Amino acid sequence: MDYFDRFAVPHPSFGIYASMVAIALTVIGIIVGITYYKKWGYLWREWLTTVDHKRIGIMYLISALLMLFRGGVDAILMRAQLAVPENTLLDAQHYNEIFTTHGIVMIIFMAMPFIMAFMNVVVPLQIGARDVAFPRLNALSFWLFFMGAMLLNISFVIGGSPDAGWSSYFPLASNEFSESVGTNYYMFALQISGLGTLMTGINFITTILKMRAPGMTLMKMPMFTWSALVTNIIIVFAFPVLTVALLMGSMDRLFATNFFTTSNGGMDMLWANLFWVWGHPEVYILVLPAFGIYSEVISTFARRNLYGYKSMVASMVIISLLSFLVWTHHFFTMGQGALTNSIFSITTMAIAVPTGIKIFNWLFTLWRGKIVFTVPMLYSLGFIPIFTIGGVTGVMLGLSAADYQYHNTMFLVAHFHLVIIPGVVFAMLAGLTYYWPKMFGFMLNERIGKWAFWFISISTCVAFFPMFLSGLDGQARRMYTYSEATGFGFWNMVSFIGAMGLAVGFALIVYNVYYSARYASREIGSDPWDARSLEWATHNPVPAYNFAIVPHVASTEAFWDSKKKGHVLFPGDYAKIHMPNNSGVPFVMSSIFFVWGFSFVFGMWIPVILTTIGIFACMAHRSWEEDHGHYLSVEEIERTEEQLRGA
Amino acid sequence: MKIDHTVPLEYSTEENRIKIVGFWIFLGAEIMLFATLFASYFTLVERTGSGPAGSDIFDITPVLIETIVLLTSSFTIGLGIHAMRIGKLMAMLSFFAVTLALGAGFLGVEIYEFLHYIHVGAGLQTSAFTAILLTTLGTHGAHVTFGLFWGIMIVWQIKKRGLTPENANKSFIFSLYWHFLDVVWIFIFSFIYLKGMM
Amino acid sequence: MAKIWSLLILIFTTMTMMTGCDSKLAVLDPKGPQAATQAHDILLSIYIMSFIVIVVFGFLVYMLIKYRASKQREDYEPPHIEGSAVVEAICVGIPVLIVIYLSIVSVQSNYKVEATPQGYEDKAPLIIYASSSNWKWHFSYPEEGIETVNYLYIPTDRALEFKLYSYGPITSFWIPQLGGQKYAMSDMVTTLHLAADVPGEYMGRNANFNGRGFAENTFHVQAMSEAEFAEWIKEVKETAEPLTEETFEALLAPGHVGQETFTGTHLEFSPAPEGENSGHDHGGKDSADHSQPTLHH
Repeated sequence: MDYFDRFAVPHPSFGIYASMVAIALTVIGIIVGITYYKKWGYLWREWLTTVDHKRIGIMYLISALLMLFRGGVDAILMRAQLAVPENTLLDAQHYNEIFTTHGIVMIIFMAMPFIMAFMNVVVPLQIGARDVAFPRLNALSFWLFFMGAMLLNISFVIGGSPDAGWSSYFPLASNEFSESVGTNYYMFALQISGLGTLMTGINFITTILKMRAPGMTLMKMPMFTWSALVTNIIIVFAFPVLTVALLMGSMDRLFATNFFTTSNGGMDMLWANLFWVWGHPEVYILVLPAFGIYSEVISTFARRNLYGYKSMVASMVIISLLSFLVWTHHFFTMGQGALTNSIFSITTMAIAVPTGIKIFNWLFTLWRGKIVFTVPMLYSLGFIPIFTIGGVTGVMLGLSAADYQYHNTMFLVAHFHLVIIPGVVFAMLAGLTYYWPKMFGFMLNERIGKWAFWFISISTCVAFFPMFLSGLDGQARRMYTYSEATGFGFWNMVSFIGAMGLAVGFALIVYNVYYSARYASREIGSDPWDARSLEWATHNPVPAYNFAIVPHVASTEAFWDSKKKGHVLFPGDYAKIHMPNNSGVPFVMSSIFFVWGFSFVFGMWIPVILTTIGIFACMAHRSWEEDHGHYLSVEEIERTEEQLRGA
Repeated sequence: MKIDHTVPLEYSTEENRIKIVGFWIFLGAEIMLFATLFASYFTLVERTGSGPAGSDIFDITPVLIETIVLLTSSFTIGLGIHAMRIGKLMAMLSFFAVTLALGAGFLGVEIYEFLHYIHVGAGLQTSAFTAILLTTLGTHGAHVTFGLFWGIMIVWQIKKRGLTPENANKSFIFSLYWHFLDVVWIFIFSFIYLKGMM
Repeated sequence: MAKIWSLLILIFTTMTMMTGCDSKLAVLDPKGPQAATQAHDILLSIYIMSFIVIVVFGFLVYMLIKYRASKQREDYEPPHIEGSAVVEAICVGIPVLIVIYLSIVSVQSNYKVEATPQGYEDKAPLIIYASSSNWKWHFSYPEEGIETVNYLYIPTDRALEFKLYSYGPITSFWIPQLGGQKYAMSDMVTTLHLAADVPGEYMGRNANFNGRGFAENTFHVQAMSEAEFAEWIKEVKETAEPLTEETFEALLAPGHVGQETFTGTHLEFSPAPEGENSGHDHGGKDSADHSQPTLHH
């Protein structure tokens, strides 16, 4: 291929050219807008260089919502293409690129930052800390994730999107069968954002282990913090596996090694094994924090403490262990024999037990409660039935002999969407509504929120239930079209209608944000939901130092007990507070990482060397820097507190 | 900054204690990284394609030199940290310098070893076995290289700024890293070289 | 509550359609013993799972009706309840029993689908090498000395033993009505045991995504009586061209071709990857033991 040909999109179409123009116009618009309103300084000082966990959380949230839009458009294109037999909306190559990016974007660049957003905003507040253990590392985590996401997203206008499925099985993903640079983007985008995720894991474990408020023993931590702890432990143990797999995959593509090739001893199954040794725990990385959010929301709006706290914790720990022992169920059909399949079949079904405990504990939390149907609660209650259906079909898939029939079919697609959408997306929407006042100081409109909920939950069922049937009728996943004779048409049309309903639901959420930003009251006090844990014991929105006085904790529901039993949460007087300084290094270093990844994608070795030197220079700079943070004086704290209380 | 004088300098501030915990967790991730490489190595070790097997290319002499050099460096950095704790700055810096010199020596022999492999027709592209062999060794080697730069930074900073709680913390964390690389090497030595030569 | 009920109705209609009214769903309309085993497991698990779903739905509806705020006194203050060892033990115990029962079913079925189909043990199975290339299926009948492309004729009186491998990306050989799928890979041969009980036409396809031509990567299956099968073999031997190395190489080039028939098989000049790097056969007829995960040592 001619050198510059690689930068061209291999399969251009009107849609891609239109996207290029749209992207260019948006970027120009943003730059002009910021310049016109003279906001560059503000942007740099308050956001690009911030190390404040709450702001980083908000940036994660914005990225997640943008990526949700991107992944959602992909989803609608797919459902539209399949809505009728022999459709010509998309050709095979486009369809392949779209379902590949849909998977990557939704898992890695939508769900992950969404949970990171809530972990960042909520965990330090719930444990009564001033920030995370390593604030600057936290900023670096975010920017690495963000640059990884951007790297993947430019692929569809420069060089072509990855097209080998989000699991990128070799040898399909090798140079031989996937010629464009798309899969290189996959390798480096995931690698860069994966590094960020690993750093988050280390950061939050340390934060939760070392920075809890006095009196908060491990077994007095709020459930979301527990879920964050378990999740981050999984991250630390699972992500290095992905790092190695991506390293080997990149070497196969760029340096012609033979890890996963079809010759010289290469072993395609090794990629599949490594991918899923990371990939299955990844599912729990997403779903456990979601469970944490449900625990908070359900107990808040049932006006009761969480039932079975200890078994909730135990079940999460057991799930985290089992999550590493089931990866083979992603390829029961690889021919590893009846014995191996039997073992992994049993471990897979065993996960239903701890998950079942959690479901029953949530149900018993409702027992003798006083249930208020707010929007976050609706999502949490809608989650239970839909997730149960998704979950029990997972047990069905765990029957390995039967899995020979489900594998690679729409049945599987129905299963994991009915687990991930109620299990993760509903939780994120519940969390979004629940923590919105915490982040932005006003509430989202309940009426519009309820409409959105009904659209989303009903559409989820309409979109994905038919796939169980078409799967059992023999519709394989990832087919870009099918013939009239197969009879899949009706079910796919129903799915398409469901997908449109989901689009309406999400559009309503966007409208709700606009509407509430304009009309909602800013006078919401510090505890608009009558909540139970520490994050509601400070102001809305939260001052930079979180708590003027470090709280003292005596129970799992410290804030609730302070309200009901007169427990003193903030003993003592104001003292000066040590705060970390902002730093531009994480942003600069991650930007260099972006160029580094881009250079690797196209095998441009001189920029690779230069950027590598740049990355090390940033690290050296950090090593030499003497940054001891700064102190907020008592007067400053008093002034801020007064202002917030007055407002 | 509150300094607690009842504990060693590297633990003396809250920030220092947190950094040490964080680094231990990072080492947990590193264990998974090398465990994955080892697992892949064992999976691919017999898949030599048309290339040589381990027993055809392994040469005991450089491997023994590497092992002795690296084990000694792990010992000297231990002495360095001991010297730091009893406040002997010169001794500490000398032991660190010896450690880094031994690290550089290790790296030199490893580069020679790699050239030898390429010379006998066991390059990165030869087979799945050679690829995973060179990647596993290379990942360890890259860690040692990174450690060298890191160590030089620390020695330089201590020379310039004296032994502050911050420097002591960095030195201690660096020693954990260096010991860890030594442990990984022991696994490489036993399960890649010795097993491969038998 | 409307939501819960609409959900319930949806579930029930789905289930009745799966199990009753519309029994034409391919997987639940088995035409061979392996598919029958799998359909049995699927239906069994649907019944057990619907029980669980109904229990959860029942609890949820009960809680929502009984404990909604609008039904409570204004000053009602929900109590603090820690949890109960007995209740939680039941919540663990019943799922454990269900999982144990399903595990037994699962293990039994695993050994069934990985062996010669029941009722067909008396005759030696017909061995067919099914190999995929982008985006075709090549079927070699080594005993009969013929080869077909994109279509498969099979007798109903004998068990079928498919030897699967791929000239390229991983594919998955699947004939839903005869039994579940298995991967075909480039560096090893996997074995899939099937049998057809009744003559008929069935859909077969590659189920594992393998690039641009994936959607059309299908093949046609025709099951027939022993006599008809013998007749077909004879006819092919008399009329078809021999398969040469050049013809086969040309066939491997990426693209789609129609149905083709040859005498001789490609196994003679391009043998299946059954060598040292594949199936060491540690017990069991299934090859591929070396692909057992060697991670997590």
